[in-house]
Amino acid sequence: MIGNLDLMTLQQIWWLLVSVVGSLFLFLTFVQGGQSLLWQVAKNDTEKALVINSLGRKWELTFTTLVLFGGALFAAFPKFYATSFGGAYWVWILILFTFIVQAVSYEFRKKTGNLYGAWTYELFLFINGSVGILLIGAAVGTFFTGSNFILNDYNQVSWMNSLLGLEAAFSLFNLSLGLFLVFNARVLGAMYLVNNIDFAAMPEFESRMRRSCMVNFLCSLPFLLYILVSLVVIQGYGVDENGVVAMVAFKYFKNLAAMPHVLVMLLAGLLLVIWGVVLTSLKGGTRGIWFGGLGTVLVGLTVFFLAGYNNTAFYPSKVDLQSSLTIYNASSTHYTLTVMTYVAMVIPFVLAYIAYVWKLMDARKIGISDVTGDKAY
Amino acid sequence: MNELDLAMVNWAKAQFALTAMYHWLFVPLTLGLSVLCAFMESIYVRTGDERWRSITKFWMTLFGINFAIGVATGIILEFEFGTNWSNYSWMVGDIFGAPLAVEGLVAFFLEATFFAVMFFGWDRVSKRFHLFSTWMVAVGANLSALWILVANSWMQHPVGMDFNPVSARFEMQNFWEVLLSPVAIAKFTHTTTSSFIVGSLFVITISSWYLLKGRHVEMAKKSVIVASVFGLLSSGMTALTGDQSAVVNSETQPMKLAAYEGLYTGTRNAGLVALGVLNHDKKPGDDADPFHFEVKLPSMLSLLAKHDANAFVPGIDDLVWGNEAEGIIGVDAKMKRGQQAVEDLTNYKQALNSGDEAAAEMSLTRFDVNKGYLGYGYLDAPVDAVPPVETAFYSFHIMVMLAAFFILIFAAFLYYSMKDTLEHKKLVLGGGFISFFLAMLASQAGWVVAEVGRQPWVIQDMMPVHIGASNISAGNVQTTFVMFAVIFTLLLLAEIKIMVQQIKKGPEGV
Repeated sequence: MIGNLDLMTLQQIWWLLVSVVGSLFLFLTFVQGGQSLLWQVAKNDTEKALVINSLGRKWELTFTTLVLFGGALFAAFPKFYATSFGGAYWVWILILFTFIVQAVSYEFRKKTGNLYGAWTYELFLFINGSVGILLIGAAVGTFFTGSNFILNDYNQVSWMNSLLGLEAAFSLFNLSLGLFLVFNARVLGAMYLVNNIDFAAMPEFESRMRRSCMVNFLCSLPFLLYILVSLVVIQGYGVDENGVVAMVAFKYFKNLAAMPHVLVMLLAGLLLVIWGVVLTSLKGGTRGIWFGGLGTVLVGLTVFFLAGYNNTAFYPSKVDLQSSLTIYNASSTHYTLTVMTYVAMVIPFVLAYIAYVWKLMDARKIGISDVTGDKAY
Repeated sequence: MNELDLAMVNWAKAQFALTAMYHWLFVPLTLGLSVLCAFMESIYVRTGDERWRSITKFWMTLFGINFAIGVATGIILEFEFGTNWSNYSWMVGDIFGAPLAVEGLVAFFLEATFFAVMFFGWDRVSKRFHLFSTWMVAVGANLSALWILVANSWMQHPVGMDFNPVSARFEMQNFWEVLLSPVAIAKFTHTTTSSFIVGSLFVITISSWYLLKGRHVEMAKKSVIVASVFGLLSSGMTALTGDQSAVVNSETQPMKLAAYEGLYTGTRNAGLVALGVLNHDKKPGDDADPFHFEVKLPSMLSLLAKHDANAFVPGIDDLVWGNEAEGIIGVDAKMKRGQQAVEDLTNYKQALNSGDEAAAEMSLTRFDVNKGYLGYGYLDAPVDAVPPVETAFYSFHIMVMLAAFFILIFAAFLYYSMKDTLEHKKLVLGGGFISFFLAMLASQAGWVVAEVGRQPWVIQDMMPVHIGASNISAGNVQTTFVMFAVIFTLLLLAEIKIMVQQIKKGPEGV
C-alpha cells in the first residue's frame, strides 16, 4: 500500500511525521522547564533532590526525541538539514552545546568527585532549560521570518549573514517564539512536577510549584499574543504551481482559512493548556500536565502545519526567495521516503512501550524515600 | 562545484576526529558492559542469590556514569554532519539520513525508556520486568551501533545507490543492499564483539585491582568468571569478523589494506607483516625499501585476505599507477575519467540552465560512461589517493597485537579462576589491571585504521573529503573545535574522578 503512494503524498506524510515528533518534543520540554524552575521552586536540598530525580527519570526521552527530530529531518528533508545546520551554524551549535552539558548533569550532580560541585551542574541544567529552549524557538521562528542563504546549482549553501544563524535571535518574532517556549516549558515543568512528586508534609513546596505554573503562564501570554497577531498579519512565503516563491500578503492567515482544521487544533490546544493551568494552579488537581501536554502538541502541530502545508515555503530565504525550501523541493526521493514510511510503522509500538513503562514507573509518586541514599540522582 | 577553504576542511576533519574519538571512549564500554550487566542480572534472577544482585548493581552504577557522558558526546556527532559537512549531507542525505533516523526510532528509545527502569525500577517493577529492561538497554545500545555502522559502511562501500545529475546527489535504489552490504555485516559484528572485549576487560581491570588490594574479593572473583568467559567468546568472534573485514577490504578498499600492511609492491603469495618498522622516507613509486625491519609470515596475507595463498594482493604502487598484467586500473587513469565526468556534469548543468536540451542530453550520456569515477575528478595528483601509510600501519598492528594479548589475559583469568588461585597470581592480576587501558587503545586504533585508512574518501571513490565540507570560514570551526575540546576534557576528568571514587567505595556504596 505504502509502495503505491505518490511522491507528493509521501512528502506530506513526512512533514506530518516530522511535525508530530517536533510537537512531542515541545511537550517533553517540561524537563527543560523543570530545570529552569529548579532554583526558584526548590528551596532546600530535599526539594531540589525531588525535582531533579523526578525530571531525571524523563530527561532522556526529551533528549532522544530531539535526536530523532534531527534524524527524521535528515532522512526526509536532507536539503533542510544541510542548509540549516551548515548555514545557521552558530544557533545550532549553541543549542547542541546546552544539550551536551545537560546530558551529564543529572548523573554527575550529586556524585562524589564530580570536580565542579553540584551548583555547576545545576547551572548547566538551567542553561539548557533557558538558553537552549530560547534558541530552539528562535530557530523555529525562522520558518516564518526567513533566513539569509543562497543555494547554488549544486544545492551548496552560502550563508549571507556573518552571524551564521545567530541573527535569528535578534528578530522580535523569533525572540518572542523563543521566550514563549521557555515560559511554556516552565508551565509544563510545574504541571509535571505537581503530577509526579509526593508532596506529603511539604505544603509550601507544593503551593510554590502550583503558583509558578500560573505565574509562568501569565508571563508567556504577551509573547503568545504577539506571535498570534503577527502570524495573522505578516506576509508569508508562498509557492505557486511552478515552484516559484513569492511574498504573499496575510499568507499564514490564508493558510488558517484554507485549513480550518488547523484553526480548530490551535484553539483546542490553547484551551487545553489553559485548562491544564487552571487545574494545576486553581483547582489543586494533579492531571494538568496531560491537558497542558496535549494542548502543547496541538499548538506545535499548528505551527509546523502553517509553515509547511498549503503551498508554503517552510524554510524561506529572505535574500534569495528562489532558494527557499519547500517540503517538495527539500525532500528525499520517492524510494527513500517509501522505505522510511515502512519504518515509521513502528512508531505506535514505540509510543506504546514508552507509555506502558511511564505508567508502570510512575504508579507511585516520587517521595523523600526515593531520593535518599546512593540510588538517587 | 565550489572548491572550499582547505583550512576549514582540515579543522572540520580535526573536529570530527576529536568528537568521534571522545565519543568512542565511552561507547565500547556501554556496548560491552550493558550485556555483562544483563548476564549478571540473569544469574541473579535464576539463582535468587542476593550477592549477584549487589554485584549487578555495582557494575550498573559504573555503567550509568559512563552512559551519561556517552550520550553527551554522541549528540554532537549526529548534527556535525550538517554543521561541518553540509555538502556531504545534501549529496548523500537521501541514503545516509535513513539509518540515522532508524537508529533514533528503534534503538535510542529502547535505551532511553528502559534505562530509567534499570536504574530506578528495582522496587517499582517485578524482578522479571527489571531483567527484561536491562536486556532491552543492552539490545538498544547494540542496535544503535548497527544503524550508525550501516551508515558508516555505506561510506566505505557505497552500494544500492545511483548519482542523480539533476539534483546533483546520490540517491538510494535499494535499502536492503545498503543494510546487508558485506562491509556493514563485517563492521557491525567486528565492532560489537570487540566492544564486548572492552567491557569484559573493564570488569577484569577493576576486579584485578580489588584482588590486588584484597578488597571485595568474592565479588571480584565472581565478576571475573563472567567477564573472562564472555571475553574469551567475544575474542573468538572478533578474530573471525576481523578476518572477514580484511577479506572485504581486499575487495572494496584494496588501498586501505595495502596501507595498513605497508605493502607497496603487489605480489602473489603475499606475506603478512607480524611486526615491522616502516621506513619514514619511503614514497609511493620510489625504489626504497618500505621497512627498516620486518617479520613476515609467508603467504599469510594472500591466504587471509583472499583465502588463497597463491592470490595476488595489489600494493600501493599497483593501485596508483595500475598493473596491466593483473588487470588493475591506476588512479592516474581513473582521474582522467573522473575529470571527464566532472566536466560533463558541469556542461549538463549549463545546458539545462540555458534550455539547450540536446546538449544536455549529450553531456548526460557522456557523464553516465564515467560517473563511477566521479570522485577521482576532484583529486589533484594520483598519490592523493594514498592514505597516511604509517598511521594506518601502526594502528592496525597495535590493534592486532593487543587483541592477541587480551586472549591470553582472558585465558589466564579463566584458568586461575577455575583453580581458585587467581588472587595469588600477582603478575596475572597486574596484567589484568592494565588490560582495560590497552583495550581502549586497541579500540581507538581500530577506528583509526578504518577512517584514516580510507582517506582521501568520505565516500569511497565517489567523493573526496574536501568536497563534503560546509561553506563557512575556518575560524568558526576552530572556535567550536576548542569549545568541544575544552568541555569534553572537563567532563572526562569529572567522569574519571567520579568513576574512581565509586570504585573505591565498592559494592557497598551502591
